[in-house]
Amino acid sequence: MIKTLKTEGGIKMAEMLKVRNLHVSVEGRKVLEDINFSMDYGEIAVLFGPNGAGKTTFIMTLMGFPKYKIEKGKIIFKGIDVTHMDVSERAKLGMGLSFQRPPVVRGVSLRKLLNIIGNGRKEEEIIQYAEKLNLTTHLDRNVNDGFSGGEVKRAELLQLLMQKPELVFIDEPESGVDLENIVLIGEITNQLLGRGQRIKDPKKSAIIITHTGYILDYINADKGYILLNGRLQCRGNPRDILSEIKKNGYRRCFTCQ
Amino acid sequence: MPVSNKYIKQIQDRAKKAINKSALYGEDIDLNKFQKFIERGKIESLELLPELAKEAALMAGVDVEEKERSGSYVQMDHSVVYKKLSKLYEGKVELMSTNEAVETYDWLEDYFWRIVQPDTDKYTAQVALNPTHGYFIRILPGQKLDYPLQTCLMIAEGYISQNVHNIVIVEEGAELHIITGCTLSKSDAVGIHLGISEFYVKKGGKLFFTMIHNWAENFYVRPRTAVVVEEDGVYVNNYALLKPVKSIQSFPSVYLKGDRASARFNTVIYGLKDSYIDLGSKIIFEGKDTKGESLARTIADHKSVIYSRGDLIAKTKDYCMGRLDCRGIIFSNDASIYAIPQLISYGADRADLSHEASIGPISEEQVEYLMSRGMTKDEATSLITSGFLNLDIPFLPEIIDKHIKEVIQITSKEAL
Repeated sequence: MIKTLKTEGGIKMAEMLKVRNLHVSVEGRKVLEDINFSMDYGEIAVLFGPNGAGKTTFIMTLMGFPKYKIEKGKIIFKGIDVTHMDVSERAKLGMGLSFQRPPVVRGVSLRKLLNIIGNGRKEEEIIQYAEKLNLTTHLDRNVNDGFSGGEVKRAELLQLLMQKPELVFIDEPESGVDLENIVLIGEITNQLLGRGQRIKDPKKSAIIITHTGYILDYINADKGYILLNGRLQCRGNPRDILSEIKKNGYRRCFTCQ
Repeated sequence: MPVSNKYIKQIQDRAKKAINKSALYGEDIDLNKFQKFIERGKIESLELLPELAKEAALMAGVDVEEKERSGSYVQMDHSVVYKKLSKLYEGKVELMSTNEAVETYDWLEDYFWRIVQPDTDKYTAQVALNPTHGYFIRILPGQKLDYPLQTCLMIAEGYISQNVHNIVIVEEGAELHIITGCTLSKSDAVGIHLGISEFYVKKGGKLFFTMIHNWAENFYVRPRTAVVVEEDGVYVNNYALLKPVKSIQSFPSVYLKGDRASARFNTVIYGLKDSYIDLGSKIIFEGKDTKGESLARTIADHKSVIYSRGDLIAKTKDYCMGRLDCRGIIFSNDASIYAIPQLISYGADRADLSHEASIGPISEEQVEYLMSRGMTKDEATSLITSGFLNLDIPFLPEIIDKHIKEVIQITSKEAL
């Protein structure tokens, strides 16, 4: 059985995200029920759960995509009620999302999109990040057009590096990615979150969805959660949760209900 | 020696018989409304154009500073107001009004009214009977210019019928890029532009022709264009219409006569207000191993009506390859698009012709994706729109590419 861990570190920082009694439906079908969740500034949370449990729905709802309808409940981000804000407003407030399967935007080069996201920041910054992510030759290609699984993930991170969100949602960073890319993706995610450098930026937070947990080898996650049948079940040390899932699957979590 | 009177008379006789003949497509226009004739004086520099004219020229891709141009030809209403060829290219290329060329070269008979027929309809007849210049450009064998030549056909006054006849000859192995801006400096002018264009690309020659139309709500346009491409020749036609027009109808034909000749059309159309737009491209494959492509992107907004036609016609017994790609987006419930691709094979048993046509909305998924990066819905829609219209046209000078993209951006923002 996974135990709920106590808050570490002594001083509790202010809450960055607070989700209260959240009920969400997608195309008339109930997906999430009574979710209560909160997150501190600088925290990295990992979301586990079987296929169809509602993990993607959760982060897509937090980001504000209209397909995910909030039936009940509230989302408070940095003390602001964002429940009725659109995607764009939430992005401007500091949320950002790495898509699992982003759409192709024809006729728009990655470079152009990055320039728009960067909003007047220098082109050198784009080139620097692109070099790091091995994407320099992709800058003049249409956004996501013909990109491989790994390239898509890296291009998403590149956009987020320019966007500089304070709260990042990452949907399965390791899916469809080879080992070499996972290392890179882990490294860049740390950079995005202001970690792995000498000075830790305590403000940046993330919710990461993972199936395999490979990403945990590269990212120092603070908390793990399990989502089952649209409900948040357990909270705990992400590594403990992962080893439990690896050993017993989600069976024991079901009994934990 | 001028073109023989006998030939001119033959042309005129044929034209007279067609003076009331309606065109196959597009609304029938009463040409009697446009009787005004205006003669204008010459100017020394494009910078001396009146402000409104300068602005109109810029909107049609004309560089008034002529920095990256090998030469310029500007016609306002019925007069050639400016003509200049860089000294570097004298003896390599000829640039004059077609009226002047008819007076100068008897051999022009072989090119004048040969691939566009004067009795096609009342518009061709009008140009044959009352020609008001147009440009004649001939690049000599093997020559190549560093920069494009620019031509501008401008209307500055109402109730005018501008009847131009353009002839371009690319001699063997030569290469030429022409940028033509057709534009209106008096935005409320009622009038018509009739343009006959006969282009000849000889063996191994290359012609890149870029046309930007910048018309307005009360203006009619009826171009009639035909192009012949000989052996190993290349013809590329880039066309952009991003401003309103009362009505425009044109269906240019390219005849790939020589073996391995190729043609490509890149067409970008943004239908605004009450514009009635009927545009197409026709590629006729006659030579062996000929290749033709036609790409069109159309957006219909407000109450506009767009016909986007494309014909690929195979007549060769040898291999040829043709592809049509025509996509449209409707932005308004009052607008319409007719996408009409047509493939025809006359016993061309080795011809490989294909088409892809689609009309669909802007993808919500794309809009939301961009919104999640901080763009507003309008900004995201405008970016997707300009991306949709962005054909990444090869051989397009950077400055024109930039210009078209800017106009697309302005238009798609205004349209929202």
